[in-house]
Amino acid sequence: MKSLLEVSGVSVSFDGFKAINNLSFAIGDAELRAIIGPNGAGKTTFMDIVTGKTRPDEGRVLWGEANTSLLGLSEARIAREGIGRKFQKPTVFEDQTVQENLLMALSNARGPLQVLFYRPTPEDLDRVHELAGEIGLVDALGRKSGELSHGQKQWLEIGMLLAQEPRLLLVDEPAAGMTPAEREHTTALLVEAAKSRAVVVIEHDMDFVRRLGCKVTVLHEGAVLAEGSLDHVTANRKVIDVYLGR
Amino acid sequence: MSQGIFAKNPSVLVFLAILGLFTLGVTLMSEWAGSEIVSTSFVKTLGKTLCLALVAVAMDLVWGYAGILSLGHFAFFGLGGYMIGMWLMYERTRGIVAASLAEAPIPPTEAEVVSAIGNQIFGVVGSSEFPAIWTFADSLALQLLFVVLVPGLLAFVFGWLAFRSRVTGVYLSILTQAMTLALALYLFQNDSGLRGNNGLSGLQNLPGLDHVPQSSISIWFFWASAGALAIGYVFSAWIVSGKFGSVIRGIRDNESRVRFLGYPVETYKLFVFTVTAMIAGIAGALYYPQAGIINPAEIAPIASIYLAVWVAIGGRGRLYGAVIGAAFVSLVSSWFTGGQAPDVNLGFYTIKWVDWWLVLLGLSFVAVTLLAPKGIGGLVDLWTGRLPPDRHGADLGPDSGSLREAEAEQ
Repeated sequence: MKSLLEVSGVSVSFDGFKAINNLSFAIGDAELRAIIGPNGAGKTTFMDIVTGKTRPDEGRVLWGEANTSLLGLSEARIAREGIGRKFQKPTVFEDQTVQENLLMALSNARGPLQVLFYRPTPEDLDRVHELAGEIGLVDALGRKSGELSHGQKQWLEIGMLLAQEPRLLLVDEPAAGMTPAEREHTTALLVEAAKSRAVVVIEHDMDFVRRLGCKVTVLHEGAVLAEGSLDHVTANRKVIDVYLGR
Repeated sequence: MSQGIFAKNPSVLVFLAILGLFTLGVTLMSEWAGSEIVSTSFVKTLGKTLCLALVAVAMDLVWGYAGILSLGHFAFFGLGGYMIGMWLMYERTRGIVAASLAEAPIPPTEAEVVSAIGNQIFGVVGSSEFPAIWTFADSLALQLLFVVLVPGLLAFVFGWLAFRSRVTGVYLSILTQAMTLALALYLFQNDSGLRGNNGLSGLQNLPGLDHVPQSSISIWFFWASAGALAIGYVFSAWIVSGKFGSVIRGIRDNESRVRFLGYPVETYKLFVFTVTAMIAGIAGALYYPQAGIINPAEIAPIASIYLAVWVAIGGRGRLYGAVIGAAFVSLVSSWFTGGQAPDVNLGFYTIKWVDWWLVLLGLSFVAVTLLAPKGIGGLVDLWTGRLPPDRHGADLGPDSGSLREAEAEQ
């Protein structure tokens, strides 16, 4: 299968510390993937590289059918290419309403002039309503997102990601700080999203990963340690040693 | 759901109504209308205050909404003033020169007139040649265009360099201060072509309108300033009311998040910076003919800091806050520094407000920042806060069984 994103031989070091060491990773269309690994394994740095926040010292990051190199593109450009990212800490625009947040994320033209003359069309508002339904925030559309609970903010951020209609979703610890019920809803959202696009989930919580029921990549010291189903990698001796055994 | 800016911002209509009533009131009480209540010089002060309010609106747009603390917008204000000042001074001098040369036995050639104008204008800096920047000074249309274009171009070039390198926060503020200082120092030089520290003067006299009394001219400029403020206010409200406003407020609150949504943040900042510089230029072009004189001291770094202080005291992030802040602080300032405020005799020391006003202003700036970050405009919230909050019919409590808004009102 042709992969959507292909990262090969990527290394990056900060002040001599190798955060990512010759990492290779590929994901296809409509695939759900979990990345696990101990603290400092390079999970977040990996996302930084894909989204253009960090430039790698060496290696290639290729994207899409045309095999475009993502290195050297700005963050905004990469986002417009179709890569959406959710941060560990929920980052929504707290001063603005849920509706404004979603409208901003909706995949429309991003240039200043188009945005200046933009007025929401009925289709856009329907789409916002539909998204709000998916993330359970229909009643909160007119509320400032700063008033939402922690879990609701996480969902709003996932909703904003979906509104962007990305082809690849990078999600950093989506279930952190959520109640069990909220976790289940989040799992359902991600599994649903992965039906039509690629989703990469970084997660610490094994139970959450198990519920996602997808292929797992284990990172350790900036490189891939093991890859496969959750049962497969948890049976791996090396994985047990560095991560699970302790 | 798609509403006009008036529905989204009822404050715009309130503002326009107040501005209209104010303009009408001042007009009726002015010497122009035959009344003695408001003197011509006070009409000028009020007109200048409206221009300061306009540049404060621009500052609020760039700082309060987009989060760029520019400490250089008064430079654009001054540049706008210089651009219109060049035409005013050139044409007026031409009138004087033409009148005096008309006495000569041989009618003067065009070149002689121009050279005589140059002598008049630049004699004070020991030169008589017109510098290249005065090439178009005889064209009102072009100089009016420059009022917008020159500040816009400077802001564009400066902003492009600064934002592209992702200079943000306090570093950007320092850069803008440096820009203002450099511009002021350059203009202080005699060979800068704008008469050095003498600046441009006699701007209150409109060329060809010598027979019109200042009481009329002052009220014309007062109307023009009020009109410019109204248009600038509605334009700014329109910019911030839609999705563009959402994006720039997003940039203010979390720049990198906006970037990951796919918006070219730098382009947005550059856009806001340039547009507000143009608004500042227009405000300056209306201000200086009322002030009568412009010199490089006007664009000293401190002026731009005042601008930030006005907006902070008025309440940033709300356009009327900027207007209130600029009007309130500049009027109070001219009251205190004009020697009208009574001295306070403490027995052992007499507080002379001319000396102590800056201290008072500084203290109130610190107090507002620490104690009331919303500024004077925040007082409006105290009033609107008493109105029932619009919950859009949602529950009043956390559970789905709790009272709904409609039920609670029965």
